[in-house]
Amino acid sequence: MASKTIKLRARAKGDTVTVKCLIKHPMETGMRKDKKTGKVIPAHFIQEVVCQHNGNTVLTADWGPAVSKNPYLSFAFTGGKPGDSVSISWVDNTGDKDSASTKIK
Amino acid sequence: MQRRTFLKGSLAGTAVAVAVGAGLLTPRAVLAAWPKSAFKAKKIDDALAKLFGTADNTPSDKIAIKAPDIAENGAVVPVSVKASLDGVESIAILAAKNANPLTSSFSLGANALPQVSTRIKMGKTSDVIAVVKAGGKVYSARKNVKVTIGGCGG
Repeated sequence: MASKTIKLRARAKGDTVTVKCLIKHPMETGMRKDKKTGKVIPAHFIQEVVCQHNGNTVLTADWGPAVSKNPYLSFAFTGGKPGDSVSISWVDNTGDKDSASTKIK
Repeated sequence: MQRRTFLKGSLAGTAVAVAVGAGLLTPRAVLAAWPKSAFKAKKIDDALAKLFGTADNTPSDKIAIKAPDIAENGAVVPVSVKASLDGVESIAILAAKNANPLTSSFSLGANALPQVSTRIKMGKTSDVIAVVKAGGKVYSARKNVKVTIGGCGG
């Protein structure tokens, strides 16, 4: 299990909360070749990211291999206030996963 | 007689293989209802048909795509999509000339605002297409991005 792969910030401005997160992940497409060995590097990418606010799902992202390495994601939702919890979790195609949560500032 | 038993044997073997295949697939199905066929689709229409159930979409000026005109590095193209439509259910981002055009799809919860930002890979210069499903209808917008170094393969 991967750990500490997510950097997460959530900031409230009035009623709107903006969430920004960076995930550390190779996002390998499965089409690239290793230049030294000539072998194809197996695909390894995040498939699903779930974002929750106080336990309610706000956003579900389905990603393909065409999302950049170390993906960045930003979105916004209404109805949050400082102190609420926001959490992000991801699962990749090898079954690896990680999650993180933070408090809205 | 021998041929018959052989046939039976091979049939049973196939059944087992199918069962194992299904067994191997289940963990992934449990993890996520990940739309594999949509991500594997090689044409934009196919990907949309598999994702939204229809390839029809209406061009809309209520969808704003923020992406660079020229992306120096195709491996990292920042894209923001903001829709000013009501009842947005999901947003998908496609790169028209990628081998598999669909890059990402976001389904929005009740409180989420219709805007997402992420970074995608682009193989070559092409349109970035944002497809938004709102109120049961599918809208789209596109923006051309010039890529000087491709971000797929290498």
